[in-house]
Amino acid sequence: MLMKKRSFLAGAATALGLMTVTTGAAWAQQEKVKVGFVYLGPIGDGGWTYQHNQGRLALEEALGDKVETVYVENVPEGPDAERVMTEMALNGCDLIIATSFGYMDYTINVAKKFPKVKFEHATGYKLADNVAVYGSRFYEGRAIQGTIAGMVTKSNVIGYIGSYPIPEVIRGINSVFIHARKVNPDVQLKIVWAFTWFDPAKEADAARVLIEQGADVVIQHTDSTAPQAAAAEAGNVYTFGQASDMADFAPMPRVSSIIDNWAPYYIARAQAVLDGTWESANTWDGIASGMVGIGEVSDAVPAEVKTAAMDMKAAIADGSYHPFTGPLKKQDGSDWLAEGEVADDGVLAGMDFYVEGIEGEVPN
Amino acid sequence: MDLSAINPILLLASLMVAATAVMIAALGELIVERAGVLNLGVEGMMITGAIVGFAAAVHSGSPTVGFIAAAAGGAGLSLLFALLTQVALANQVASGLALTLFGLGLSSLIGQSYVGIKPPSTPKLDIPLLSDIPVLGPIVFRHDLMVYIGIALVAVVWAFLKFTRAGLVLRAVGENHDAAHALGYKVVRIRVMAILFGGACAGLGGAYISLIRVPQWTEGMTAGVGWIALALVVFASWKPWRVLLGAYLFGGVTVLQLNLQAAGIAIPVEYLSMSPYLITILVLVIMSADRSAAPASLGRIFHASQ
Repeated sequence: MLMKKRSFLAGAATALGLMTVTTGAAWAQQEKVKVGFVYLGPIGDGGWTYQHNQGRLALEEALGDKVETVYVENVPEGPDAERVMTEMALNGCDLIIATSFGYMDYTINVAKKFPKVKFEHATGYKLADNVAVYGSRFYEGRAIQGTIAGMVTKSNVIGYIGSYPIPEVIRGINSVFIHARKVNPDVQLKIVWAFTWFDPAKEADAARVLIEQGADVVIQHTDSTAPQAAAAEAGNVYTFGQASDMADFAPMPRVSSIIDNWAPYYIARAQAVLDGTWESANTWDGIASGMVGIGEVSDAVPAEVKTAAMDMKAAIADGSYHPFTGPLKKQDGSDWLAEGEVADDGVLAGMDFYVEGIEGEVPN
Repeated sequence: MDLSAINPILLLASLMVAATAVMIAALGELIVERAGVLNLGVEGMMITGAIVGFAAAVHSGSPTVGFIAAAAGGAGLSLLFALLTQVALANQVASGLALTLFGLGLSSLIGQSYVGIKPPSTPKLDIPLLSDIPVLGPIVFRHDLMVYIGIALVAVVWAFLKFTRAGLVLRAVGENHDAAHALGYKVVRIRVMAILFGGACAGLGGAYISLIRVPQWTEGMTAGVGWIALALVVFASWKPWRVLLGAYLFGGVTVLQLNLQAAGIAIPVEYLSMSPYLITILVLVIMSADRSAAPASLGRIFHASQ
């Protein structure tokens, strides 16, 4: 039945695309740019998709009548994504932005069929002449979360809700663990994989299970605010806003957050299409450029924790500290980074291993 | 691996919470299908119930009002389905799917201003003596009222179908609507009432997610529970107690696999993650080996002239 729902939703999404995408001049390059956004969840998810949509709104604001945007929500990471993008391309979009990792192969497929349309794929790694990829160095924000988590935990158990075992999520887990251990050698990490980006009931269940098993910090890499609500209900549990500030849950349980700020990137890329200067590129920005924002550290944590978090933010921003700096070993005990060595982007982009000290295995 | 981290008492208690929403929605759909109507709009009615119940609870400050409003909201949406399929004789599958789409859209429209708001908390029942029984107390007697209403509903639906005249008539309509019509039963009226009941149940199930299980409003928050409820009715061979068993199995294995993951048990996560679906389907398929079939008139359009 799930499959039915998915294919059906996408059918509907395609229909929606047909309705909202008006036929325009096919390659109206210089005067006006038409941008299509493919969203994984609803724009009201309060997290990942919400932030991408904020980026879209900022784009409309910035370029005014030089830009037209269309979007389709709830597009599953499957063949339906290909249909949605094909519709967008057929209906005159000059730039199509696919906002989830799982759209990767479908984006490449559609891009082959429409060489004149430009594509932007979030958090992926497959490039083509007309496909650029972009992503945030979320792990920089995770380093700050790990520092706070390690300092505030009393049970020394940090719970982590993973979505899918992809490099982006694994980087976050490693970064949190490394920095929590740094300030608190007794810290343990419990990881639960939800195998979904967005399912509030399941996310809440996962948070509750982690809390029942002793976690007093719950970090999520899923898109809804449900874990925040579950933590608020349990009391005395710290959480972090994910993708969006989730300030509704401040000062407790949400004590800080990672905020995805896509707006400057979207504006720059749409402008590049207008100017005819768009080129395929691999953009990976972090705290320094503002693509990764750190939500205010609330007063629910002690002042020294706040100071430590802010110091780390400053050090990452000015480049004096890299969250993956040796000495670091892999989970199996083999050496990864020597003293003072910094991980290179290639390894980080394909990260599929835990660092030493994390229990459990990375699912395949 | 540290199995001692799992508290079996908490596990069993959260099993009941995880199962309730899908169980109530499935029960409603069971009655609808027993009356010979296939309403694929469960997901849409659930999410509508979730937001209507949430909004009513927030404004009135009372979860009870919220649940009543959710039932009304779900039933209201199902009335649309009843009009389409029973009066206008539209295709049930298409109407049901349209209802789901409509419900998802309507709920996000209503829900715009409710994002980030906390609902009034639903008190847990704390029966003085019973809830103090060691082990059994926390598992069975310390839940919110809806958990018990859900179980009571299973018993009521079962007794209604098995022992009452009205239940027999409903089943007759579902098995052979022409014969039931020939006997003088109002097929359309009975089906409309069944559809309304199904809608009310779906609405309750949805509100259980937004008011108790999560508790908050997020767009699209039912995330497929309605479809699981639909599948559950089929796998349970249209029998109420099997719906309960299936829902508890599904909820139980879902919570259990999360617990096992957190405890670091050495089973690959992929298997744990698919286990709720596999185990539930397996058990119910084995149980339904007794040749119990779908209501014969299921999904067929009835018109008195034919």
